Amino acid sequence: MWAYIVRRLLIVIPSILLVYTMIFVLIQITPGGPWDRVAGRRPIPEEIKERLNETYHLNDPIHVQYLSYLWNALHGDLGFSYHQKARPVADIIRDFLPVSIQLGLAAWLVSNTLGITAGVLSALSPNSLFDRITSFLGVAGISIPPFVGITLLILFLARGLHLVPTAGWEGIFSRTALIPVLAMALMPAGWLIRYTRTMMTEVLKEDYIRTARSKGLRERTVTIRHALKNALIPVVTMSGMSLADYIVGTFFVETIYGIPGLGRYFVMSTSGRDYPVLLALFLLYAIIVCLMAFLIDIAYSFLDPRLRFT
Amino acid sequence: MVAGEGILERVDQEESPIALERKRVWRTFRRNRMAVAGGLFLGFLILFAILGPELLPYRFDESDFKRITEPPSAQHWLGTDSLGRDILTRLAYGARISLFVAVLANSVILFIGVPLGVLSGYYGGWIDIIVMRVVDTFWALPNIMLMIAVMTFLSSWVEYAEAGPLSFLARTYKATGGLIGLLVGFALGWWLGDCRVIRGLTLSLREKQYVFAARCIGASDARIMLRHILPNVVPLAVVSMALGIPGAMLMEAGLSFLGLGIKPPVPSWGSMISEGNTYLLSAPHILISPAVILALTTIALNFLADGLRDAMDPWMRGR
Repeated sequence: MWAYIVRRLLIVIPSILLVYTMIFVLIQITPGGPWDRVAGRRPIPEEIKERLNETYHLNDPIHVQYLSYLWNALHGDLGFSYHQKARPVADIIRDFLPVSIQLGLAAWLVSNTLGITAGVLSALSPNSLFDRITSFLGVAGISIPPFVGITLLILFLARGLHLVPTAGWEGIFSRTALIPVLAMALMPAGWLIRYTRTMMTEVLKEDYIRTARSKGLRERTVTIRHALKNALIPVVTMSGMSLADYIVGTFFVETIYGIPGLGRYFVMSTSGRDYPVLLALFLLYAIIVCLMAFLIDIAYSFLDPRLRFT
Repeated sequence: MVAGEGILERVDQEESPIALERKRVWRTFRRNRMAVAGGLFLGFLILFAILGPELLPYRFDESDFKRITEPPSAQHWLGTDSLGRDILTRLAYGARISLFVAVLANSVILFIGVPLGVLSGYYGGWIDIIVMRVVDTFWALPNIMLMIAVMTFLSSWVEYAEAGPLSFLARTYKATGGLIGLLVGFALGWWLGDCRVIRGLTLSLREKQYVFAARCIGASDARIMLRHILPNVVPLAVVSMALGIPGAMLMEAGLSFLGLGIKPPVPSWGSMISEGNTYLLSAPHILISPAVILALTTIALNFLADGLRDAMDPWMRGR
C-alpha cells in the first residue's frame, strides 16, 4: 500500500514541474515585456522600466529566475502582481479562492444529487418514459457549456421570471447563488446521469445480483445493498475527476455573473499579461487537479479491495 | 514465402465479411431515431453553412449604423447586433468556422494520436515509456487550461511577429481570425486521450491469433500495423472523433468567448454569445440565436456520436 502511494506521488511531482516549466518557457519566449503596453496608460520611460526590471529580478539570468521562483513558491512566496501595485499573489489567491471553492462545492453537491439519483432511477426502469426523458436531459446537459447555460438561465429566471437578480454576489446562501450554481452543475450532472446509468445497468446484469434475487431478498435490498454499492465506486471516481469541469466553470460563470472569485481573476489576468499571477494560478490549478486525482486513486483502492496492492 | 504472401492477399481482398459488418453497423445506426435526427440536423447545418453566406444579401462584417440592435424583422430575420450586422448571416458564417475548426482539429488530433498510439502499443519498450510519460504528465492539466495557456501566449506572440521573419505566419493568423492558432493549440493538447485509448486497443490486438499468424508467415512489422492492426483501430477512432467534434466545437466557442479563439470581425458562435452577453438585458435577441444554435448543434452531434458508438462498438451491440 505504501509503495503504491509513494509511486503515485512520484507521478504528481513531475507533472507539476512540467506545468511550471511549460508556463515559464512560454512567458520567456513571448516577445515583449510586461511593461510594454499597459492598456489606457502612458508608455513607461526607459529608466523606470529598468528600475522595475531590477525590482522584480527580471534582469537575473534565466536559470536563476527559474530556480528562485520555484524556491520561493515552495516557501509560500508567489511573487507580486505586476498590475495591482505590489500586491503579493498569495494575498490575491487568499482573497478570491474561497468564493470559487464555495461555488464549486455547491455545484458539486447539486450535480451529484441530481445526476446520481436520476441515473440510478433510470437504470432501474430501462426504456420507460422516465428513462427516456433523463437520457435526453443527460445529452442536453453535456451539450450545454456553462457560458451558454448561464446566459439562458439569466434570460429565463432573472429577466423573464424576475426570481433572482441578473448579476452580483451576496454569498453562497443568498438568492444570487442560484443561477451560477445551476449553470456550473449542468454539465457534470449530464455526465453523471449517463455514467451512473451505464454502470448501474452493467452491475444489474452480474451474477451476484441474480444470486441475491434467487436467495429471495427483497428488491430494495438487492438494489441498495448489492447493486448500488458496486455501481457507485466508479461513479465516485468519475465525480472526483470532473473537478476540472468545475474549475473551468468558474472561469465563465464568475466572469458573466460578476462574482469576485479566482476564476474571474484568472480570466482578467490572461488578457492583462500579469505573468506572476498567471504562473501562480496555473500552478495552483495544476496542484489542485493533481492532488485530487491522487486522493481519488488512493480512495479507489480502499473502496475496491480487488485493486489494493496492485 | 511467395505462396504465403498470395494467401494473405486473397484473405485481405475477401470483402464479404467487411461488407456484412458495414451493413450491420448501418442497420443498428438507423434504428436509433435520435441519432438519425441528429444526423439530419447536422446535414441541414452543413447546407446552411455552405449556402447561407452565399444566398443571404448581407456580409458578415457589413455594418448598418442606422439599425443597430434591432429585433427580428422582415429584412433581418434574426435582427441585427450592436454594430448593425445581420445576425443570420453571421450565424451562417459562424457555422462555417465552427464546423471547420471542429473537423480540422479532430483530423489533426487523429493524425497525431493514432500513429503514436499504434506505435507505442505495438512496439512497447522505450517508445511506449516515453509516449506514456508525456501523456501522463500532460494529463494532469485540464485540456482547456492547456489551450488557454497556449492561446494566451500565441496571441501576444503574433502581435510582435508581424515585423519579423515569421511575418507570413502572423499574417495568415490575422487573415483567418486566429484559426491557425486554435489548430496549433488543439494539436498540442488534445491528442492525449485518443493516443491512450488507441494504445490500449493495440496492446490487446497485438496478442490476437491473426497477428501471430501474419508474423509466422513473415509479414513485416509495418505490414502488420498497417494491414492488420490499423483497420481494427478505425471504428474506435471514428467513435472518438465523433465524440471529439462536439467537444472541439464547445472548446472553440469557449475560447472565443474568452477572446482567445477566433478574433473579430470574423464571427464565431462563441464570440457572438460573448458580444450578446453585453446586451443581455436591453437586446436579448443578439444572445439567444447563437446560444440556441450552439446548444442544438452539440446536442445533435452528441446524439449522432452515441448512435455511431452503439452501432460500431461490439460491446454495445444488442443492448
